[in-house]
Amino acid sequence: MGNAELLPGTLDLLILKAVSLGPLHGYGVLLRIQQITQGALTIEQGALYPALYRLEKQGMLDADWGTSDNNRRARFYRLTPAGRRQLRDHTETWNRTVSAMSAALNAKPEEV
Amino acid sequence: MPRLRVLMKNLFRRGAFEDQMTDEVKFHIESRAADLIRSGMRPDEAARRARLEFGGAEGWKERMREAGGLGWIDAARTDLRYAFRTLRKNPVFASVAILSLALGIGANTAVFHLVNVVRLRALPVANPAQLATVRVKDSHGGMGVNSHPADMTYPLFEQVRERQQALDGLFAWGHGGAAIGDGAEMRPVRLLWVSGDTFRTLGIAAERGRLFTPDDDRRGCARATAVLSHSLWQSQFGGREDIIGKPLTIFMLQADVIGVTPASFFGLEVGRAFDIALPLCASGPSLDARNVWWLSVFGRLKPGWTIDRASAHLEAISPGLFEATLPTGYAPSSVDKYKTLRLEALPGANGISALRQAYDTSLWLLLAMTGAVLLVACANLANLTLARANARAREFAVRLALGASRGRLTRQLLSESLVLSALGTLFGLALAQTLSGLIVDFLRTSNDPIPLDLNMDGRVFAFAAALGIVTCVLFGLTAARRSAFTNPGVALKSDTRSGGAGRERFVFQRVLVTLQIAASLVLIVGAMLLAQTFRNLVTLDPGFHTEGVLTAFVNFARLGLPPERRQPFMQQFLDRLEALPEVESAATTTNIPLFGSSWTMGVRILGAPVERRGSSKITFTSPGYFRTMRIPLLRGREFTIKDDKASGGVAIVNQTFIQQFLNGMDPIGQVFQTGQEPGYPVASYEIVGVVADTKYSRLREDIRPIAFVPAAQAPSPRDGAAIVIRAAGATAVVPEAVRRLVADVDSRAALGGISVYDTQIRETLVQERLMAALSGFFGPLAMVIAAIGLYGLVSYIVSTRYHELGVRVALGATRASVLGLVLRQSITLVGCGLLIGVPAALLATRWMTSLVFDVSPRDLRTIAAAVVTLAAVAIGAAFIPARRAASVDPIVALRVE
Repeated sequence: MGNAELLPGTLDLLILKAVSLGPLHGYGVLLRIQQITQGALTIEQGALYPALYRLEKQGMLDADWGTSDNNRRARFYRLTPAGRRQLRDHTETWNRTVSAMSAALNAKPEEV
Repeated sequence: MPRLRVLMKNLFRRGAFEDQMTDEVKFHIESRAADLIRSGMRPDEAARRARLEFGGAEGWKERMREAGGLGWIDAARTDLRYAFRTLRKNPVFASVAILSLALGIGANTAVFHLVNVVRLRALPVANPAQLATVRVKDSHGGMGVNSHPADMTYPLFEQVRERQQALDGLFAWGHGGAAIGDGAEMRPVRLLWVSGDTFRTLGIAAERGRLFTPDDDRRGCARATAVLSHSLWQSQFGGREDIIGKPLTIFMLQADVIGVTPASFFGLEVGRAFDIALPLCASGPSLDARNVWWLSVFGRLKPGWTIDRASAHLEAISPGLFEATLPTGYAPSSVDKYKTLRLEALPGANGISALRQAYDTSLWLLLAMTGAVLLVACANLANLTLARANARAREFAVRLALGASRGRLTRQLLSESLVLSALGTLFGLALAQTLSGLIVDFLRTSNDPIPLDLNMDGRVFAFAAALGIVTCVLFGLTAARRSAFTNPGVALKSDTRSGGAGRERFVFQRVLVTLQIAASLVLIVGAMLLAQTFRNLVTLDPGFHTEGVLTAFVNFARLGLPPERRQPFMQQFLDRLEALPEVESAATTTNIPLFGSSWTMGVRILGAPVERRGSSKITFTSPGYFRTMRIPLLRGREFTIKDDKASGGVAIVNQTFIQQFLNGMDPIGQVFQTGQEPGYPVASYEIVGVVADTKYSRLREDIRPIAFVPAAQAPSPRDGAAIVIRAAGATAVVPEAVRRLVADVDSRAALGGISVYDTQIRETLVQERLMAALSGFFGPLAMVIAAIGLYGLVSYIVSTRYHELGVRVALGATRASVLGLVLRQSITLVGCGLLIGVPAALLATRWMTSLVFDVSPRDLRTIAAAVVTLAAVAIGAAFIPARRAASVDPIVALRVE
């Protein structure tokens, strides 16, 4: 399938991104991440929850009980203003890192 | 603040947090399984697969707890479990620690409990914080008749009520005594006289019937109403409902019972209960007396008023108030002084209390003493913990080397202290309840039952908890920090017996032991001073012989004798009393010495070349007084029954009277005059005799000039008197004989409180005895704890130097020199402790000036004795391990290596 391992520290960013597109319950976050990464990244399902709890405690996410599509009680996570700021900052950092990394990794002998 | 909010929510709703995690995980796995089924998987296979994909749910939950900020709770739980296990493995250490903490915390809490009950707790009324009391600033100087701690007259109260604007619902109350029932059935009752507004202002509701309103307290209330206390209603009337509306004879007074106060209302003076409350209007002549200071005045501050503003207001209106209530029948100088009096307002939430004033210094001193004992105990525990930590240094070093955080190790050591402190506090609380009950029992005497509500309130529990935490930190944190900051490299390299981190570590322990010795010295000095005080008071010669004497009070008021018949009636009664075979002699007196009461009048020597005037105690006695009290007559003659109104006024004075007023003159035949007071016009008395000096109102005070005057010459004959009786044989048979005689004289005659004089005097020393007993316990306790601390430290130092000492002996050191080496160290420690302790003791005992008697609080002999005792005990304690060091066998010591 060509799945890539998740880089350390990227799970939080992915969760923030996923939730920024609309409130989600935990399983929904998983599905959304698979959807927006087109299944290219493997996420340990259980690992999602400590990350969600950590982000909630840090004030990046807010959580409330609600009703899921299949009419069951589920806990929905929403992005807080702090979470939105964090998402923006980290996205910028990430983009800079990625372009720097790819520039570095694409360097050819004649360019040195 | 979201972090804190989330953490708090998680913390306090731990169960909800667990449920939430379980629900979320369950929802996730079931949703995943449902998706798998939808993609064509068999349900059981789908469920299995979903669980598998999720991974170990318990592991993730643990990570979720940590992420939610709850990890430390689980860590703490582990620490506590580990601490319990460690302590169970060291039962001796654990029990010594818990026992000493329980003793220390228990003693402190017990004393604090009493401080709280008599001093800090608010009156059991609505909104006590608004209460303020109106008092005479700096006291009124003892003019007229006083009932401590009350200090207002009724006329003054009326004026204040009329003119002041600072307080709402101003009310006054005072204490009194009477009896209910007749003859043998007679039972003394404690009266609470209150103004009509009292219960309404205090917000107290009746348990049965109703309480007073201003209508019950109208001047000249023809038929009085009465309110019973809950306890009297129960004990005397069996809690019967039909008591309401019944008439009740209270000695001379007829009153209708209208209600019962609730059990929680003990009265308005802490430590003094009442049986029957009566309206002030029924109190008779004292209502209009301008020199009978028997009331306390309270009110509620009006909104917007503070105590200071109320005080300023009262001070401003004072001149008019006092001008309007000038007492009559006094000399002009006394009246002028009266005009200068001023009123002030004080916070009234805690009520007023003679008990509090009497025991204030003692209670705070006891609290300081128990606090010092606790500190000494804490220092010992810190030393013990430290020694144990040193023994475990290798274990800690290994754990540090393996990556345990220092914080983690500190936490673990602290958990042990926490467990010890918590157990110590629990046992201490149990001990405190018993101990404070014992102390109050100790203070209770036959005449003074001291009703105190000894239920512990939140403040006491908070105090105990605070002590527990402080001790935990004191002995736990110091030791924990020092162990956790071990350098693992050094600790692992050095051998275990040297304790891990070399000698500089002992510095801290030495300081602790030094301070322990200093604190113990202060306590021992205090204990010795208080013990001497008690002994001095008990062995003090008051100037009369107390053994074989009984005191009693008779009252013939209900016989309704006209004034001129009272004195002969009393004399007849005394004659019949003296005729009893059980009685050797008997006499009436207006003042039984050492009971705390006092009667002072201004005196002026007539015909002296230079003006001699001053004040003297005046006591009216019947002829047999000096015989009964065995006060030696030094010159002249005693009183006879011929000394009466018709003959000229005569007096017998004591030696101090002569020194003060008649120095250098022949006293016999001199005449002095007493100053004018209400009911006591100026009168002259010729001195016919001189008696030896005697103590007057209290054992502790200096001898005062006393003039005795025949009771028959008192300006206004009374229909009751205090009587002193000398038993012919055993004192035990006298009360019954006297009781029979009184009942025989008239069934309306009242006999109050006949008791053995010696016992009563001893009971006036109850505070001194308590202080001597408790300090005599706490002082040596601190000394023993300090000695154990020194013993432990020296043993420990010796054990770490075992090898070195072996080498010294092997190289030819004599046993004496080894003994000297070790002892020298201990002597230095003890010396340092004493050097700090002596000035500390001198400083601390300054506080005790009011408590000691006939011994200086800086008495050098006492301090020297304390120093010698403590030094002997401490060095004795150090000697045991030192001798062990001296007997070290070099072969064994060196082979151990």
